[in-house]
Amino acid sequence: MNDRPPHARTPSSRTPTPGSRDTRSPRTRSPAARFRVVYGASPAHLLVLLASFAVCGYAAARLLQRDWFDVAKWVVGAALLHDLVLVPLYAVADWVLHRALRTPGPGPSAPPAPHKPSGATEDPPARDRTALRIAAVHHIRVPVFLSLLLLLVYWPLISRVRTHYAQATGLDPGVFLGRWVLITAGLLGASALLFAVRWWRMTRRPGRKGLTDR
Amino acid sequence: MDVPPNPPPEPSGPHPPAGPPPEQPPHRGAAFGRAPAARAAPPRLAGLVSRLPAGPWRSPLRGPWLTSVFGLVLLVGIPVLFVTGLLSYAAYNPNLSPINDKTPGKGLLGFYLFAWPTRPYWLYRVDQGVHVTLGIVLVPVLLAKLWSVVPKLFALPPVRSPAHALDRLSLLLLVGGGLFEFVTGALNVQLDYVFPGSFYPLHFYGAWVFFGAVAAHVALRLPRTVRALRSRDFRAELRTSTSRTVPEPADDSGLVSTHPARPTMSRRGALGMVGLGSVALFVVTAGQSIGGPLRRTALLAPHGRDPGSGPNGFPINKTAALAHIRAQDVGEGWRLVVHGDGNGRRVSLTLADVRALAQHGSALPIACVEGWSTDNQHWEGVRLADLAALVGHHADPPGVFVESAQLSGSFRAVALRANQVRDARSLLALRVNGAELSHDHGYPARVIVPDAPGVMNTKWVHRLTFGATTFGADT
Repeated sequence: MNDRPPHARTPSSRTPTPGSRDTRSPRTRSPAARFRVVYGASPAHLLVLLASFAVCGYAAARLLQRDWFDVAKWVVGAALLHDLVLVPLYAVADWVLHRALRTPGPGPSAPPAPHKPSGATEDPPARDRTALRIAAVHHIRVPVFLSLLLLLVYWPLISRVRTHYAQATGLDPGVFLGRWVLITAGLLGASALLFAVRWWRMTRRPGRKGLTDR
Repeated sequence: MDVPPNPPPEPSGPHPPAGPPPEQPPHRGAAFGRAPAARAAPPRLAGLVSRLPAGPWRSPLRGPWLTSVFGLVLLVGIPVLFVTGLLSYAAYNPNLSPINDKTPGKGLLGFYLFAWPTRPYWLYRVDQGVHVTLGIVLVPVLLAKLWSVVPKLFALPPVRSPAHALDRLSLLLLVGGGLFEFVTGALNVQLDYVFPGSFYPLHFYGAWVFFGAVAAHVALRLPRTVRALRSRDFRAELRTSTSRTVPEPADDSGLVSTHPARPTMSRRGALGMVGLGSVALFVVTAGQSIGGPLRRTALLAPHGRDPGSGPNGFPINKTAALAHIRAQDVGEGWRLVVHGDGNGRRVSLTLADVRALAQHGSALPIACVEGWSTDNQHWEGVRLADLAALVGHHADPPGVFVESAQLSGSFRAVALRANQVRDARSLLALRVNGAELSHDHGYPARVIVPDAPGVMNTKWVHRLTFGATTFGADT
């Protein structure tokens, strides 16, 4: 089951000469090495995947027995919806948030350096302003993330779309939207309160009154 | 432990280059995901590739280590989901009767099935509570794991070798199968049946597709994962602030950004945010399985409250109205018909007759496949074994086929095994918590069996056939 390629077995002893193994002539290569050239990985890799496909195929044949097109749509659709809709959506939302708060975050104007040592070049007020803006991003994106996560998982109950919940349980399905709104408000409120406390503590730091006079 | 193994550059030190050059000596984790094609690429081509626009993936946090941490959580969590799910499937005793079996074509996938026990009586409650709650709690971890590897989806060229093509097909099964399982599970516990077909075959066969892909993924990636986890000290990482956060060393895993943005969050922050998401989901969900005063804390869970107060004020999942139970089905004319299959014995009892039989009590929960459960309720009624004796099965009674007055719909009848009938706590209950059953809890009589899934505790019972496993025997 171990598919580590041979070159990875001793990573510490390996010198950085990639491709050195390939300089041997095809004749001197072992059958496993020749297989690797054609296939692109070790024979174990192929065996593992074939065994996996056997299990998946056996189950998938049963999964697709009825309404195979609908089920395939759901399996492939779930992956596509996540990768092509959900991920870009939250990535763009986060990018917009950074742009709106003018942080040096993932916006296009960010410096290319992966790490900018603090305190070396910037003056303290500028550095504090940056820190405060990043803090503001966190105090928005954490509660919003939690709220949207709850909405995503409990969408059927919160949205009350096509549910026979009331008939089955004898309970009122109308409470969930209100509860979610209250939880969201609570999260945003608590986050804002924490942010205010942080701001207040930063501005009161001795010798640091530059935070607010921008 | 005070010094991280990969200390970020000192604040006064020189700036590291924007992206480490390709000729940088391999780091401890650099062998991670090294693709043979990339290894064999001639230097000129490598230089060209490094000059291409590297796409929108700029998070400085992405890298083998972070992906491996999320992967490790799922490596523990998903097998627990799989095993609890398989146990829950076995709890329906699908091999006992075609009526119990929602997946008649399962073939080899039912290889492990066994006679579901009746003790410990909380087994099904705990199993299914863990299955559903853990599944919901793992949603943010799953999303974070997918976020951490999303650049690989758009990696070019899309297929480098036959191995890579098979790998990507396997990943489609992994991601598609995983999301399918989480989505169908989340929809089903909220009683939103929009998926194509019955939940049982979809979720059961889907689980095996997902499992097959997970097994291959673990087998192929575990060595890398272990190396990546060893490349950084977890506790040191938890002490690293945002300003000291640097990208993981460039490698060929395809995860580390080639032009990372400045970090606005540490790895500690990212892990904390995902963990907070799991905690939030746990808080608004777990109460429906824990019960007691904590039920009300499950603010967004479907069974985070009781439908009423008093002896019958515990959760319901199929009201009399939904089951189309008519007044005449359970009124004066109600009779309990008990058959002894094969021996020709048949007894018809009025409600007064049933009440006149020896009454016994047992304290058992209702535990639903949807994850919610009640605390122990105090049921009173006639032992199933005593009813078997009425039709001649005095010693070692066989299983029983239970039919409801409900005329149509899933689980209006079930087959119970001999071990379930013989358990002294298995009752045809007439009363609960000192009061008559309410209409929604199955008046005038319902079955209650330790460890049976909620739907197998048939309500509005009107016929019991001992020794049978399906309709039409000895009627």
